[in-house]
This record gives sequence, structure tokens and C-alpha cells, in this order.
Amino acid sequence: MDELMLDGNAIAGLLQEVFAVEMTTAVGTCGGCGAPGPVGAVHVYRGAGSVLRCPHCGNALAKIVKRDSQVWIDLTGIRTLELTV
Amino acid sequence: MAGTALPGRLTWQLAELVEVVVETPRVKTIVFDVPGWPGHRAGQHVDIRLTAEDGYQAERSFSIASARDGSRVALTVQRLEDGEVSPYLTDELQPGDKIELRGPIGGYFVWEPSDGGPLMLVAGGSGIVPLAAMIRTRAAAADDTETRLLYSSRSQDDVIYRDELERLSGNGLTVVHALTDSQPPGWTGYARRVDAEMLAEVAPSPAEEPRFYACGPTPFVEAVAEALVRLGHDPLAIKTERFGPTGR
Repeated sequence: MDELMLDGNAIAGLLQEVFAVEMTTAVGTCGGCGAPGPVGAVHVYRGAGSVLRCPHCGNALAKIVKRDSQVWIDLTGIRTLELTV
Repeated sequence: MAGTALPGRLTWQLAELVEVVVETPRVKTIVFDVPGWPGHRAGQHVDIRLTAEDGYQAERSFSIASARDGSRVALTVQRLEDGEVSPYLTDELQPGDKIELRGPIGGYFVWEPSDGGPLMLVAGGSGIVPLAAMIRTRAAAADDTETRLLYSSRSQDDVIYRDELERLSGNGLTVVHALTDSQPPGWTGYARRVDAEMLAEVAPSPAEEPRFYACGPTPFVEAVAEALVRLGHDPLAIKTERFGPTGR
């Protein structure tokens, strides 16, 4: 267990900044194991950016790096994202 | 914020500190007036941004401690010795000062009286803050949802909101303390870390389908969530908020 691990809740502000809607209740399906789950429950690791990992299999769902007003997002680990708009 | 902000779009705004309450030697509640605050749900948080003279910015998230109350938003902040933001908030900021804030943020780790119960809240240290917002929201709405709080602190002096929790007990709310490091003379409550046996004693049974909210340092929340699943509770009914090794 990694003491630095956080939840999707912890980057709710960043996600809302990027997607312009509340994202922690959005349901993402892991591209690795296929498990669906709310974004608020994913595991988050912060460094130079944020890595979101599947709480079931550890697959990297998304990577987000923000620098000043630029945001770089890699979503290759997420199969689908379902949200209310 | 005002009427021009797009729904869902987060904007930074100035909030004025109006009140400071000393909770414990290391913890203070700071109350802000936030013009145009749209209201919040228990469990949501705000982001705070500090900007140094050289332009360096530090951003941190803080759980909202208060129930919805007009433009007033209370945060309870634990001072972290090596923190970039918390020492400024607890030691430097004075009533009348303004800071940049955005919110309310989050929708997952949230409870409203209409969500129902039974509610099982598990707090480690300052992890009590968003759970206290739930207890306060419940009280403000005169809601009688069966609610149990298991709250782990190092010592009695470290218990945040101690008197208020005692006052709010009853009407379906049960508060159980665990004091891990030191206990006052005559203490008859739990004197160890939260474990599966304690959770089995305090929490409603799996058959009652309780909703769990666990908040605290990451190792604490990990231990609680694992124990609850082992006790047979539905993993989807366990919502967690981990705040890292030391708090935030």
C-alpha cells in the first residue's frame, strides 16, 4: 500500500476545470480489466502530474499534467466514460 | 461566481475570513464569507490558492466542515509543520483578510438526508471534517437517519468538535471514540486503532445495508475499507476519502 495514494475526489477540482462538469460521479470503465466505477473512487498518484489508476487492477486509466494554462491528458487506459451533462 | 458563470465551470473568487475558532492545539476552523456562494452538499470541498509575491502558486483542497449556511463556508484545517498552505491559513490569516477559493467541488463523497441510511461514518483524525458536515447537515434538517460515527484520535485533546458531537448525540446519532495513543483516567472506550473487530461491534450489520463514508490518512482508510469488505459489506457502499500520509 502506498501512503501517497489518494482518491479521484482529490483531483475533482482539476477534472472539473478540464471537463467543465462535475466528474467524480462519472463512471469510467477500465481499459485493462473492464471494471466500471465512479471516477471519485479511482486511485490517484500525484507527482509532476496526476496518474489515475483502476482500483481493481492498477491499470493506468489516465494521466493529467497541468502547466500554467496548458493541460496534457492521456486517456488511453479508459475504455468509456459515462457522465451527466 | 455570480450569474455569469457557466454551470459546472469552476472559477476562482475572493473569500473573506470572518471568524477563527481554535479546535485543538493543532487545528483551527476558519470561516469565510463567499459572495454568491451557491450552497454546497455535505462532503464537498473547496480548493484554495495562495500566490507568493514572485508569482509562485500553491493550491490545496480542504473539506467543507459546515452545513449549508448562506454565504458562510467553514473549513477546519490541521496545521502541518512542513505544509506550504496550512500554516498560512492557521497562523497568518486574520479576520478581514481575503484569499482565493473555488468550489463547491466533488459529488462522489457526498451525503444528503434524502440519501438515507443507516449511515456509518469512520473518521481518522482530521478526517472527521467532511463527516462532521454530514452530521451537521443531518441536524440542521432535523433528520433522524440512523447514524453511527466511529472516530479515531490520538488523545482526547486531539478530538475535534468534541463538545458539539456530544451535544448532537441522540436522535439516532451514536458517537464512538477510539483514542489510540493516550487515554484520560477512567477511560472505558476503545484504546486502540480501528480494526475489523471494532468495526463489527460499532457498524450496522451487512444485512442492514449501511452506507459507509471513511475519511482520514491513506493507511487508515485502507485498513478500514479492507476490514469492511472482509466483514461482508458491499464494496460499492463504501465511499472513501484518503488524504495522504499526513493530512492536507
